[in-house]
Amino acid sequence: MNLHAAWYVATVSSMKPETPTARRIVLDVPGWPGNAAGQHVDIRLTAENGYQASRSYSLASSSDASSIELAVDRVPSGEVSPFLVDELMVGDQFEVRGPLGGWFVWRPGEQSGRPVQLIAGGSGIVPLASMVRAHRAASDASTFRLLYAVRTPDDVFFCDELAREQTDTGTGRVRVDYVFSRRAPAEAKRPAGRLTRAILAELVVPPEMNPLVYICGSTPFVEQVLDWLKGLGHDVDDVRAERFGGA
Amino acid sequence: MALITRGFGGSRGARDSRLPPGQTRVEDWPVLTAGATPEVDPSVWEFTVITENGEAARWSWDAFRALGMEEFTVDIHCVTHWSRLGMSWRGVPLDRVFAQVETSYDYVMVHSHGGYTTNVPLAELLDGRAWIAFEADGAPLEPEHGGPARLVVPHLYFWKSAKWVTGLKMMARDEPGFWEERGYHLHGDPWTEERYS
Repeated sequence: MNLHAAWYVATVSSMKPETPTARRIVLDVPGWPGNAAGQHVDIRLTAENGYQASRSYSLASSSDASSIELAVDRVPSGEVSPFLVDELMVGDQFEVRGPLGGWFVWRPGEQSGRPVQLIAGGSGIVPLASMVRAHRAASDASTFRLLYAVRTPDDVFFCDELAREQTDTGTGRVRVDYVFSRRAPAEAKRPAGRLTRAILAELVVPPEMNPLVYICGSTPFVEQVLDWLKGLGHDVDDVRAERFGGA
Repeated sequence: MALITRGFGGSRGARDSRLPPGQTRVEDWPVLTAGATPEVDPSVWEFTVITENGEAARWSWDAFRALGMEEFTVDIHCVTHWSRLGMSWRGVPLDRVFAQVETSYDYVMVHSHGGYTTNVPLAELLDGRAWIAFEADGAPLEPEHGGPARLVVPHLYFWKSAKWVTGLKMMARDEPGFWEERGYHLHGDPWTEERYS
């Protein structure tokens, strides 16, 4: 795989609230070479006094188009995410470098026939939602399941799109299971509570089907899920994991 | 001249001169691993060095640590933009490993449990610039941070500091390891931002 990551100028073309603490940001990036689902970008902000700050963000989009999407959650003590969520305006510009990452990616047809299990913790949904979108865009027939552990219904990213997967009756639909840790909606099948080993066993593609597993979330979440998967008999050697720390 | 982003203030006082460009200081220690965290039992742990002449050296846990541990305090820089400054470690400098190895090759592929690899020029592992570390922050290395033993090459981005290290294989030419094959820089100097190829 030969990836060349270059710097591009990104212009904010539209934005919308994703959750009460997060925002969807659509960027116009002339010359963008396209990216696979699961890849990320570095962004670089420069202040008038020359001060710069760089951060990595997963891409919510995957296509050949010159438009890319981020979904950014506000880290209250952060320096970059509060600016992106609260102050950025349409027409503003910053630099992006990418596409980055060649491991935590899903490409239609690459693992033909192998079922895919996505496991998201909180804002770890972003690169996984990108895979769900790519699966739909390609009308890919592989079995796709998403387990999404999230605090409350208000914190769900990509709410409408994931709901559409649920109501679709086609073969390409993605089964989405939510595990709400603090507050569940009235119609939820199970009361609010943290993900447990038993719930994980019930909701993920069983080990006999040899799923390709992608996990994204905080470090403790990913470590816990990996430990349970191993205990349940999954071969965790080729699990693809992405962890985020407090930085 | 870099592109100015309207409204971005940033800069809380003077920038720490120990931070390479594009890095932000953290006090915690984030974990970045491509897959699962392996469990490595020190009673069966081994460290091997393979050269152009085959296996040149093999040490058990006790024999390797007996090469001589030293304390060192270094800054570490992750390609995902965080740095930890003044971190204290304990480990065996690779100078003591290579004192017992004959090779004419100039490049090293570092191997880990789980199949992870990363490439480093031999010269950059010598002269007190790289260690096999067993302790960090005064305690044995946690598995999620590469315990029981990891490479530490602090002057390169931290993906070069392979966790759960099992050994080194000498190479005639510089060849890419796991991340280097996936778009990351062959060398990885944080001061010149050698992040991506």
